[in-house]
Amino acid sequence: MAYSEKVIDHYSNPRNIGTLDKNSKQVGTGLVGAPECGDVMRLQIEVDDATGIITDAKFKTFGCGSAIASSSLATEWLKGKSVDDALKIDNMDIVEELALPPVKIHCSVLAEDAIKSAINDYRSKNGFAPIEDTKKHY
Amino acid sequence: MLQLPIYLDNNSTTPMDPRVLEAMLPYFSQNFGNAASRNHSFGWKAEEAVDYAREQIANLINAEPKEIIITSGATESNNLAIKGVFEMYAEKGNHIITIETEHKAVLDTCKHIEKLGAEITYLKTDGQGLITVKQLEDAIKPNTILVSIMYANNEIGVIQPIKEITTLLKSKGILFHTDATQAVGKIPLDVIANGIDLLSFTAHKMYGPKGVGALYVRRKNPRVKVTAQMDGGGHERGMRSGTLNVPGIVGMGKACEICQQDMAKDTERLMKMRDRLENELLVLEESYINGNKEHRLPHVTNMSFKYVEGEGLIMGVKDIAVSSGSACTSASLEPSYVLKALGLDDELAHSSLRFGLSRFTTDEEIDFAINHVKEAVLKLREMSPLWEMFKEGIDLKSIQWAEH
Repeated sequence: MAYSEKVIDHYSNPRNIGTLDKNSKQVGTGLVGAPECGDVMRLQIEVDDATGIITDAKFKTFGCGSAIASSSLATEWLKGKSVDDALKIDNMDIVEELALPPVKIHCSVLAEDAIKSAINDYRSKNGFAPIEDTKKHY
Repeated sequence: MLQLPIYLDNNSTTPMDPRVLEAMLPYFSQNFGNAASRNHSFGWKAEEAVDYAREQIANLINAEPKEIIITSGATESNNLAIKGVFEMYAEKGNHIITIETEHKAVLDTCKHIEKLGAEITYLKTDGQGLITVKQLEDAIKPNTILVSIMYANNEIGVIQPIKEITTLLKSKGILFHTDATQAVGKIPLDVIANGIDLLSFTAHKMYGPKGVGALYVRRKNPRVKVTAQMDGGGHERGMRSGTLNVPGIVGMGKACEICQQDMAKDTERLMKMRDRLENELLVLEESYINGNKEHRLPHVTNMSFKYVEGEGLIMGVKDIAVSSGSACTSASLEPSYVLKALGLDDELAHSSLRFGLSRFTTDEEIDFAINHVKEAVLKLREMSPLWEMFKEGIDLKSIQWAEH
């Protein structure tokens, strides 16, 4: 299968690989996927309490090139966004940006799930109720 | 100088040996006759070439030329053997035994005849990919007519205990078919000494052309018959009609002859290279060889690199052509059923690579492959959350994964 240039670029030069302190109150961690499905994404955000702006984002992904690229792109998009705006990132935006083929749409879904999961982790740490995911992917 | 990418997927197909190509060339536009034309020299020449090739093919497996039924490849041979026996011996019984790590050409053929009334037993292999004679013996019933067990596995290269199997079957009067696609031309194979009744193989896995293969059908002790699956002019002793692919057959013959001549030399060289590749990659933490290490083909290794994902790994080793145990690319997200049958964890099954070396593989290419794979594995582990957890001592099985 041929990968798009953008996928190859993110795979070869992944942005923001790394680990933030998961015990920090400013950090939200999302761990989604499962090893037996062949994709696990961990996405972390660091939020400035005062402004609600995401100041840093890191990821680590076990998965195919499209999964790595989706999470790498997600971290790029997250940095500098407010948490509220981050919630608006839709998996189809990722599909479009990376030109993912239909069989790889699940990678973008996973990235969106990882973002929501990281935000919810941050929210629950800071005493907010989790955002309900009303979007049905399947 | 090294030419990239390096081809290390020789279990899928091999490049054609230039000597094979040279042998074939006159049979396209010069000696183009139909081997079944009895009335003129065009036909005679073609027939002569086919006869000669049939001898070369038979010699490689210690068969008689008349026992070689030419087909379009191993898939057709497997179909002909299994469906052909099922139909021919219907009065004797309808039970067939095979193993779950067979190639799809055998498994799907079995599935097909199951719908037509066959009863199939799929034996499970052990963690090394092998079955035991005891297992087979326990599965045999009064209505068992055929046992079909591959000689060597295409994904992991393990070689089944064929001689022991056929000794048992002979005593029970049950026919034995083997899909020997990966073994023929690579290791010494003798249908008489091994008591094989039907054997499928193909030219393109042993430096011959694609589109031509053969089924060995024993003619003595016992005389085996299969019902034709392709009806027509009655070619190939009535078992496989269709105008013979003369250039292909000539190529297959030549390929067999070269394999026979060079086998000892090739095997020694390939085994050395394979072992070096394997040992160098085993230096990586959490890397494993899949399948039995003793009973296997000399030119194959299947390795898993835990905590990296197969498709990502394949992308990372773009300068070598290998195959992955993870079938994500075919959209199914299912790891290899062969590796699953060995009881491998999904992570290991997903993160496997199969290396198949060939007569044309060089030491330089192996050096390159070693470094290339090492770099890719290290890079991917650097970005793998599973690797990080492993390093922190977290048991991945203790985590509640959100399956999707």
